[in-house]
Amino acid sequence: MKRALIGLLALGLGLGLAQQAPLKIGVVVSATGPAASLGIPERNTLVLLEEQVNRRGGVAGRPVQFIVIDDASDTTQAVRATRRLIQEDQVLAIIGTTTTPASLGMIDPVAEAGVPKISMAANLEIVFPVDEKRRWVFKTPQTEQQMSIPIVRDMQASNVRTVAYIGFNDAYGEGWARAFEAAAREAGIQVVASERFARTDTSVAGQVLRILARNPDAVLIGGSGTAPVLPQRTLRERGYRGLIYQTHGVANPDFLRVGGEVVVGTRLPAGPVLVFDQLPPDFPNRQVATSYVQQYESRFGIGSYSTFGGHAFDAWAILRPALERALRREQTTNLAAFRRVLRDELEATRNVVGTHGIFNMSPTDHLGLRFNEAAVMVEIVRDANGKLDWKLLRTFR
Amino acid sequence: MDWTIVSFLTADALQNGTIYALLALSLVLVFAVTRVILVPLGEFLVFAPLTYVWFLPAEVSGLNLQGQMPGTAWLAAAMLVWWAILDRSNRRRAGLLLLAALGVLGIAWWGAQGVPMWLGWIFAILVVLPIGPASYRLFFEPAKNASVLTYLIIAVGLHFAFMGLGLVFFGPEQFRLPAIWPGQTPIGLVPVNNQAFLVYGFALLAMLGLYLFFTRSIFGKALRACAVNRYGARLLGISPSQAGYVSFGIATLIVCVSGMLLSPLISPAYFQGFLLGLKGFVAGILGGLISYPLAVVGALLVGAMESWASFQASAYKDAIVFALLLPILFWRSLRSHEIGEEE
Repeated sequence: MKRALIGLLALGLGLGLAQQAPLKIGVVVSATGPAASLGIPERNTLVLLEEQVNRRGGVAGRPVQFIVIDDASDTTQAVRATRRLIQEDQVLAIIGTTTTPASLGMIDPVAEAGVPKISMAANLEIVFPVDEKRRWVFKTPQTEQQMSIPIVRDMQASNVRTVAYIGFNDAYGEGWARAFEAAAREAGIQVVASERFARTDTSVAGQVLRILARNPDAVLIGGSGTAPVLPQRTLRERGYRGLIYQTHGVANPDFLRVGGEVVVGTRLPAGPVLVFDQLPPDFPNRQVATSYVQQYESRFGIGSYSTFGGHAFDAWAILRPALERALRREQTTNLAAFRRVLRDELEATRNVVGTHGIFNMSPTDHLGLRFNEAAVMVEIVRDANGKLDWKLLRTFR
Repeated sequence: MDWTIVSFLTADALQNGTIYALLALSLVLVFAVTRVILVPLGEFLVFAPLTYVWFLPAEVSGLNLQGQMPGTAWLAAAMLVWWAILDRSNRRRAGLLLLAALGVLGIAWWGAQGVPMWLGWIFAILVVLPIGPASYRLFFEPAKNASVLTYLIIAVGLHFAFMGLGLVFFGPEQFRLPAIWPGQTPIGLVPVNNQAFLVYGFALLAMLGLYLFFTRSIFGKALRACAVNRYGARLLGISPSQAGYVSFGIATLIVCVSGMLLSPLISPAYFQGFLLGLKGFVAGILGGLISYPLAVVGALLVGAMESWASFQASAYKDAIVFALLLPILFWRSLRSHEIGEEE
């Protein structure tokens, strides 16, 4: 009897909401595994957004449902999750994933099924060149190429003539080596050494010696997470006095914690959201970034935000207006057609202000950021209380 | 390459080589007595300092752990309890093991509440130490008289399990640990980290200690007997399982202390043990996994190769070091009989 009553109740509810079937969006993030420190803020951000959107009446009057799957920083699991989201959950679009290799792996399944996807990983190859498969793929984070320009500009302003590079011996480090060395040569800065080290290395004395022997004006360390502390510490221990640059891969609190005194004075390019409260008042994404950080911190604690969550926020920032426009043009019940329309509308994204910049997509550009708004130079300083913090050095508007 | 660079590289080679030597000694010790190639020793090396992070005051570690206990304590306690269940027929031993499990949880809880740093340092080693002998009891002893290959497969499986647990326990990022002896002392042209002297000191101590243990103590002689001929040793009343616990225990202790001394120099993370262990293994192989002095020489050689390779062609560093293994393995396989087939 009781069970029948509950069933009846559920049926009634179901009928009531039939007009309002939720808009299903698949989300793949690396909430565990080596990329967890990036994936967790992304997941948190999307959970926050889902609640907020539904509290305020959803999108075009329909509730939104994010179906979140953790890929454990693993490409195979990311691909499996993608297929599941497409076939079983019949999602309209997919946001994901955190890492570059897994995001590349997801291109095939989404292109086969014709589902638009927005990646939160850095590498340019995820969306470039826009071909038959990459038509379906968009992304929000800045590329190495875009982040190289601010570094080179800052080096020029600091009279750097020679530079050495030391980076990870993986896709991240190689990508940065290509992007940065090309940008430096173009600006007339000589690259005098290009060294590699492994994330797992416990000593980089040999590489650092080679760099010291060339005596460059500056050194760029191309790594992410906390591993890039090691070359920096070795450089300082060996008496290097020049400028040290890092990449935006270290823009996380853990880097400051592990680095301590040796990372004071480090310069790095970062999305403007990292120093949201120091941006000039007329900076176009200051307001969006500030309100995002405030929302995030009020839910997950002061000092908990990182730039990575901002990429997830931006993914929804471009998806939401595209969804609204697509809903006007096509029924979601006509799934294949709706996904096609949604893809076209994503490509038609214009002047969407996100936490990391202003997005203007086109048929040849599925990222749509300009480095002018999407990158600022930041320096690591010790603040009045003796704590390490990020300080805005310059903007490029 | 001028003289300055050579001396800097030598200093780096010595530091890395010493750690590989300590790992190689432990590997050889375990292999000689039990025929197990203990791949997870590298994990034990990072477990100890990572556990120590959980015992550090918040202003030193930079973390707010709120008195959380390190996951290794639960792991060690669980393995000890399992051991007690396996040995339940021996009431006294089972009781002692349960007591040890409680003890591990007790000191982990106490350490997490905040203790002086030197005490936390010792606690960290005590928490991780039981994992070694317990691994032997739980995973290797049930496979009595298995082939070297079976043991190796078990060891590799354990390595993956421990590494995965390390990620769960300690998270993906590295940690900064305070040096016991901060600062640098110049030796000739090269400024050497004072902490590195502690590593060298411990390495010498460990070698001397092992030498005395094997030549002077009855336990050590029994272990050597096991290493020379297990069957014969058993006939003389030497328990092979006890020899197993002792050798695993000593190896884990050496590796844990090495890890504690090394960690301020490397910022440890869960993933760093494996590569260190692998290079220690390469060093051990150079000594045929039977000779302690040759293993030490091999370790210093690996350290030197590595420094030289990271200077000359950093992108191929590990490839060069591991490629070095091939000709030497080939040469050794021509000279020696297969190991582990003598029974």
